[in-house]
Amino acid sequence: MADKNVDNAFVEFDRVQKSYDGETLVVKDLNLTLPRGEFLTMLGPSGSGKTTCLMMLAGFETATYGDIRLGGVSINNIPPHKRGIGMVFQNYALFPHMTVAENLSFPLEVRKMGKSEREQKVKRALDMVQMGAFGGRRPAQLSGGQQQRIALARALVFEAELVLMDEPLGALDKQLREHMQFEIKRIADDLGITVVYVTHDQTEALTMSDRVAVFNDGRIQQLAPPDKLYEEPENSFVAQFIGENNTLEGVVQEINGNRATVQLDGGEVIDAKPVNVSKPGERTRVSIRPERVEYNKDRLQEGVHTLKAEVLEFIYMGDIFRTRLKVAGNDEFIIKTRNAPDQVRLQPGTQIEIGWLPEDCHALDA
Amino acid sequence: MTDATQEQTGPMVAADGTPLKKSLARSLRNQKMRALALIAPLLIFVLLTFLAPIFDMLFRSVENQMVSDTLPETVAALDSWDASGTEEPGEDVFRALYFDLFLAAEAKEHTKLGTRLNYEQVGISSLFRTSGRSLDDVGEVWQDWLEDDVDEIWGEGSFWYDMMSGEPADEAVLDDARDRMATLTGDSMRGDIGFAPGEAISALLPRTAREYAAFAVFTAIEDEDVVAEEDPWEAVYAAFAYDLSQPGTADAIGSYTGTGADQLQAVVAQLDTMPPVDFKAAFAAIDQDWMSVENWAAIKVYSSRYTSGYFLNAVDMQLGPDGPEARPENQQIYMMLFRRTLVMSLVITFSCIALGYPVAWLLANLPARRANLLMILVLLPFWTSLLVRTSAWKVMLQQQGVINDVLVWLGIVADDARLVMINNQFGTIVAMTHILLPFMILPLYSVMQTIPPSYLRAAKSLGANNWTAFWRVYFPQSVPGIGAGSILVFILAIGYYITPELVGGTTGTFISNRIAYHISSSLNWGLAAALGTILLLVVLLLYWVYDRIVGIDNVKLGG
Repeated sequence: MADKNVDNAFVEFDRVQKSYDGETLVVKDLNLTLPRGEFLTMLGPSGSGKTTCLMMLAGFETATYGDIRLGGVSINNIPPHKRGIGMVFQNYALFPHMTVAENLSFPLEVRKMGKSEREQKVKRALDMVQMGAFGGRRPAQLSGGQQQRIALARALVFEAELVLMDEPLGALDKQLREHMQFEIKRIADDLGITVVYVTHDQTEALTMSDRVAVFNDGRIQQLAPPDKLYEEPENSFVAQFIGENNTLEGVVQEINGNRATVQLDGGEVIDAKPVNVSKPGERTRVSIRPERVEYNKDRLQEGVHTLKAEVLEFIYMGDIFRTRLKVAGNDEFIIKTRNAPDQVRLQPGTQIEIGWLPEDCHALDA
Repeated sequence: MTDATQEQTGPMVAADGTPLKKSLARSLRNQKMRALALIAPLLIFVLLTFLAPIFDMLFRSVENQMVSDTLPETVAALDSWDASGTEEPGEDVFRALYFDLFLAAEAKEHTKLGTRLNYEQVGISSLFRTSGRSLDDVGEVWQDWLEDDVDEIWGEGSFWYDMMSGEPADEAVLDDARDRMATLTGDSMRGDIGFAPGEAISALLPRTAREYAAFAVFTAIEDEDVVAEEDPWEAVYAAFAYDLSQPGTADAIGSYTGTGADQLQAVVAQLDTMPPVDFKAAFAAIDQDWMSVENWAAIKVYSSRYTSGYFLNAVDMQLGPDGPEARPENQQIYMMLFRRTLVMSLVITFSCIALGYPVAWLLANLPARRANLLMILVLLPFWTSLLVRTSAWKVMLQQQGVINDVLVWLGIVADDARLVMINNQFGTIVAMTHILLPFMILPLYSVMQTIPPSYLRAAKSLGANNWTAFWRVYFPQSVPGIGAGSILVFILAIGYYITPELVGGTTGTFISNRIAYHISSSLNWGLAAALGTILLLVVLLLYWVYDRIVGIDNVKLGG
């Protein structure tokens, strides 16, 4: 999906293609533009081409076709060490034979910076990631989270304007990961750097990014801010991939502006918002978020269609209740309800009726 | 139920009340014994067939019992002689030498001693050999006098036997003789010999009794003859003459009543016609070299049971009368050989690093299929005999060989100026570098395999060019592999034998070739053992230095 509406382009992928074996394309016609200071996440399942894109930008892979531009200059033929792009690797790649300070000093040394200036910058970078006291340690003496901070500091110490991160939090435990997400985001905002972040963790993508590019099959499926991505998926892959999602299959009966009626395969009729269906008779897959499903009749909008449902399972998850229903032949239909004082706990075997606002239900490609 | 606080007061105890440590040791003992039993066959095998022979061999580098075993009396007599003076030893030393050497010559041990002393003093070997043959002539002077001038009966073995036998027997003299001959020949000298020296005659003629006992033991056990039927050795006549020349013997014979008393008195009656007893003159007549102070100094210096002589020899020194001193310039060879061995081994090690590093890098970084093919090529030499590989280098490098032919054909080298590339140091270095290369490549490869490619990428992304990224980031992490490979190659090279022997000529041989020469050709095992011990110590020393500098923990052979 082309994205040509951004002014002040800093990083540009222009019709970039990549093939390793000359037979299949790993990246198919990639067009992407980043303004200065943006935090962009490339999200997708493994093998979707997101890491290849990052490696092409870093210079470790060459584009088979197309142009990659940095600040308006094509960097296709510039070797990686002259691109001035900071990078944080999946396993941190801290040099094990150097101390933390030496690791940080390395990019400054190869830039022939003076000793006092080097020390000053190393100190500032370490303070920035709150690791000022660890300069003399070896990477092996640090915990995973500390190594992560050092890797970040090293990518930032030579004041790169563009920093690439390749699944940098993959090896951390959940709590630390969440903490580091905010930390990275804060530092990136403070310094005003441009970040291209690769992950397969959608929570990470949603919490950190200005925009997320969802990759699948070598293409960007959708490029949008997190809220738009979640609430208005443009196709069924994005709907499936981002967050939890209920799908029901059927045929479009009628389209009327931003309202469509869909007849499900079991014969029931529901209301939906047409996203990428264009005419009646088309097969469609409707998608609805579990938390937007309503079973309390009082709260349902008048006149919308409702469906009969049977409660199969009730799971208590602390902050929310997760209830599995059988709806229109689909027994994997999930609804999520907040654990509020007045919330009803649905018992398995109960017959209920569910419904939703038509604009929360998206009729997507089949 | 035991209260937990009560348990804390004494040492920790197990549930049955025994101390916990003891209980633990008992429970682990069975496991340990079982583990030990499993490795026992190998342990015993290694101890018996490998370690024990090595230590026995190394012990030979200080062992020096031959001089004192062969010439015990001479060594004792030399004690009071000043080796640093200019005066040759006195009569007592020469007398002791005569009887020692006579026994040694009978046991055919004197030439071995000559060979041994020849390591230290050139020429002693022939001195001992020629003297051994002439010892009979010395004793015959008195034998002839007794038989011709006194009484023919002195030439009869049975008369001597009767005279020397007697009751009560002097077992001490016989045991001495047995021990003496046992040390000399290495055989057990126990068993009935049909002779026992009489106490009376032994007291009258002590020297004669000793020599006759030795003669009797040797004749009965080594030659398996009957003592009474054999004519005594010339040494017995010499001993008899010596006993007669002692003051007081003549008077004692006067009062002697045993067998042969009459004949003895007849001898005493003609004592003034007896040829003079002067062993020193006798040896001077045999060979003037016996008057050389240097020869005697060598015998004295090497008469101790343990010697540092082999080790001094191995570092181009020798034991002089005043302690260790440098050997003459033209006899110095071993330090030069040690130096050459070390330097060439270092050159070979560095060549292996230079050639092996890129190959190991390729092995670690190529795709698996091609890396496997390359690995087979690296291992291929292991499937070929060492001799074949070395011989192949002979074919390649000789003056009429492949490389010279190609160079001549290309016109780079003139036909009459073909390069000499074999039978010198160059040949040895080339062939050994090739042969030892896999030992460098394999440890390097296993270390390089563990270095993730992301380090190089990280370095480049941080702004380092290819060379800086390699030198500052990749190379330091591959150093443990270089260390492991270098230790392997260097230690293998320093003791290498076959290849330098085949392609080394005279300038490209190692110390190991010299050791082999002393083991199999010159038979100077003591020196070979000393050279081997020094080589072993040098390796251990280098290993220790390496451990201090690099740290043996940093050496990785894999993983």
